[in-house]
Amino acid sequence: MTAAVIVFPGSNCDRDAAVAIQRLTGEKPVMVWHRDSEIPPCDLIVIPGGFSYGDYLRCGAIAATSPVMAAVRRRAEAGTPVLGICNGFQILVECGLLPGALLRNASMRYVCKDVHIRVETTATPATLGARRGDVLRIPVAHGDGNYFADEATLKLLEDENRVVFRYCDRDGAVTARANPNGSIGNIAGICNAERNVVGMMPHPERMFEPELGGTDGAVILRSALGLAA
Amino acid sequence: MKAHVLIMPREGVLDPQGKAIAHALNGLGFTQVEGARQGKLIELELSGSDPEAARREVVEMCEKLLANQVIETYRIHLEG
Repeated sequence: MTAAVIVFPGSNCDRDAAVAIQRLTGEKPVMVWHRDSEIPPCDLIVIPGGFSYGDYLRCGAIAATSPVMAAVRRRAEAGTPVLGICNGFQILVECGLLPGALLRNASMRYVCKDVHIRVETTATPATLGARRGDVLRIPVAHGDGNYFADEATLKLLEDENRVVFRYCDRDGAVTARANPNGSIGNIAGICNAERNVVGMMPHPERMFEPELGGTDGAVILRSALGLAA
Repeated sequence: MKAHVLIMPREGVLDPQGKAIAHALNGLGFTQVEGARQGKLIELELSGSDPEAARREVVEMCEKLLANQVIETYRIHLEG
């Protein structure tokens, strides 16, 4: 298993992702700079969190135009699994690999805390080792995580079972109170129609070993890295 | 030539910044404010003198980068 982590100016979870990948697989991922127009052969592409290009214009908008994202698009279309985390999710919606948009949090506040998310489908590279209905405790850290899509898109996502995670309480109930940012339908993560591109706001790489306060993120990374039993 | 691109949140898209502005104005006693929406204005300096061509190009800029049409609309105003 070879993984690639894309690095933009302003990425700040790229090394967290790299450490998690190395600890879980025993192999260092390839770090790919935003100006590179080719990505070396790999089995997983991770687009990490951070503030690419200072969140100028809109979160992820400038990164979406970078040469490396053209390469990510080609690889995604060829079937390589892509996992976008936080700013990585924002970049994936800005470049159109995932539908919808991520708006300013409804509270207008940056939210940095552990949340619970419920696994809604196991038919994605990031959840194939989990069970539907599993409740995971994973941190979020974002100011713009309020998922929005028009009614037709939302219906398509629901009909095609493409909502991957929803914010929920510790018992798995999807409630307004458990929603940290105002996301429509409590959506915390989605996938594309082909199901190989997954975007999520919570940070599994910040919760994958006991020293970090929990291990619930490991199932997502292990799944994406081909380590799921 | 200058182009002003006015980008606004689409009707029906939650605009928490606009809401906060309206709320703050109400708090200052401007009770006549029933709503506010916040957008952005981008000013572009353009070479060339053909307004038709300029408009076409700025439309393309809006579609490719300046506005996210899932959540925003844009208006273009050319001058000079």
